[in-house]
Amino acid sequence: MNSTRIFARTSLMAVIGLAVLILIGVIYPGTWLLDTMTGLFASGLLVMSLHLLVGYTGLVSFGHAAYFASGGYIFGMLLQADGVVAALGGWAVPIATLVALLGTGGFALFVGLICARLSEIYFAFLTLAFQMLLVSAIQGLVQYTGGDQGLTGGIPRPEFLGLNLVEVKDRYVFSAFLFMAGLLVIRLVTLSSFGATLRMVRDNETRTAFLGINTYRVKVAAFTIAGMIAGLGGVILAIFTSAAYPEWAGWAVSGEAIFMIMLGGLHSFYGPLLGVVVMRAINDITLIYTTHTDLAKGIAILFVVLVLRRGILDWILDVRATRRKRGTSGDQITSQALTKTAKGTKDAAS
Amino acid sequence: MLHLDHLVKKFGGLTATDDVTLDFPAGSLSAIIGPNGAGKTTLFNQITGHLVPTSGRIMFDGENISGLKPAAIVRKGIGRAFQVASIFPSMTVEEALATAVSAHNRTAFQLHSAFPPLNVRHQTEELLALLGMEPVARSLSGEISHGDQKLLDVGLALALNPKVLLLDEPAAGMGPEERWQMMDTVKHLWKSRNMTLIFIEHDIDLVFKTAEIIHVLRYGAVLASGKAHEIRGNPEVIKAYLGSETDTVKDAV
Repeated sequence: MNSTRIFARTSLMAVIGLAVLILIGVIYPGTWLLDTMTGLFASGLLVMSLHLLVGYTGLVSFGHAAYFASGGYIFGMLLQADGVVAALGGWAVPIATLVALLGTGGFALFVGLICARLSEIYFAFLTLAFQMLLVSAIQGLVQYTGGDQGLTGGIPRPEFLGLNLVEVKDRYVFSAFLFMAGLLVIRLVTLSSFGATLRMVRDNETRTAFLGINTYRVKVAAFTIAGMIAGLGGVILAIFTSAAYPEWAGWAVSGEAIFMIMLGGLHSFYGPLLGVVVMRAINDITLIYTTHTDLAKGIAILFVVLVLRRGILDWILDVRATRRKRGTSGDQITSQALTKTAKGTKDAAS
Repeated sequence: MLHLDHLVKKFGGLTATDDVTLDFPAGSLSAIIGPNGAGKTTLFNQITGHLVPTSGRIMFDGENISGLKPAAIVRKGIGRAFQVASIFPSMTVEEALATAVSAHNRTAFQLHSAFPPLNVRHQTEELLALLGMEPVARSLSGEISHGDQKLLDVGLALALNPKVLLLDEPAAGMGPEERWQMMDTVKHLWKSRNMTLIFIEHDIDLVFKTAEIIHVLRYGAVLASGKAHEIRGNPEVIKAYLGSETDTVKDAV
């Protein structure tokens, strides 16, 4: 297929996806469903953008929550600042979203320029260090960020384009739009030539350099794009909660994002998104009976790592591929099962 | 085309490259032979920028390239395949070659169209045909045979359309028949692309049948250079390298 057509088709799918999401909001306007979905949109962008680094580029960042929080804080602080809403009026929310996106991009670029010089575990720890630094900054600069209390007192969200973000449904529609836009950007990046270059770096960075590609620049660019999309997730959560909290930048958020990728599947594009939904479901269902949600999540992770040996969606796709092969030749199935098992073990080990 | 001028590389007290002066004329097909530890791969690593020479110059197209970064040297037109096939295991053969073509076309950072762009796809198809790899085009690079992986490694280097191509033991680890096939393919590539080719090889029969010029290295220094019959008749070379198998092993130790 023509390469421009693939982009057009993917964009069309995103528009259809958005229409379906909006339709859900119209048909089932219940607060519980829409608020749950809005929360999922925020986590979804955090996790999918981290997957661009972990799954596609082979960069395991332990500090991805920093960009998520950065997006939420920039958005909230700008709208809470004196005179901003009065000056911008109806444009306040779109402009604050854009500023949050660019500001977070700048922050991620700065951190990326420093971290991408290091490899593997050193990279992971340095990203974690920058995240801790951000938490300290948020807690220290009390007069701007509200310190431990977070951005309280509500974030003003003036009406625009007929959307009043105080309303559950309007908030849901705008969040769905931001989510689909972020998801589309990630999808297009993975489908582009740059996306193929990311996979080269993941598979064999030395060889990539020997093909004349500056791999440092590749990693910095991926880090920046992923940071921006995570920031967009933070904006959604800030709109949803009408606040921002220092916990958003905590290591627990980064850690849970990595868990959700492992849970859903590292090797498929939509795997991490499934991880977000499953994790949320485990959380909410457990809460009906007990408050020990972390125990339930831990058991789920153990099951996925030890029994399935790969994320849920990876497992489903593998089982389906094996079924399809059945009937061609018995040997083939065995050999494929063996390689898959070997692959799964390697993944679990790494 | 490529000229090494009094090249020296020392690792502490060890001289891995000992005052090597070699000339590789444009369009030539040269082989570098020598016992294990003679400094053949070290020489390649200096040419491709993986190692910085202690002293001496590496002249490429009249320009001193010693000390440049690997990526910069590749872009000037020196490609390389590795002793242990260096490939992208999770990509199909087709995809892997297309990424290399994309790197050469400077579209590796392109975000505005799907991979691979049309012109990259055409060049990739040509490359697949040239390498004779169409049957495995859709297979994962990590799952094809060892020989095909070595060939793919050569193909990745070839995608950059290099003026000089360095092959580090292109037939390493292959069966006897496969080795000859590989060298035939290499010779065919050399002819069709009209480039300067330098390869390292241990199999003396393979070298004598394939190379135009042979350079013999020993303890990092050039022991002899010449055509196959000259090298075969050179008493120094016979003593140092072409002697009995046990002598070669001793040299290696």
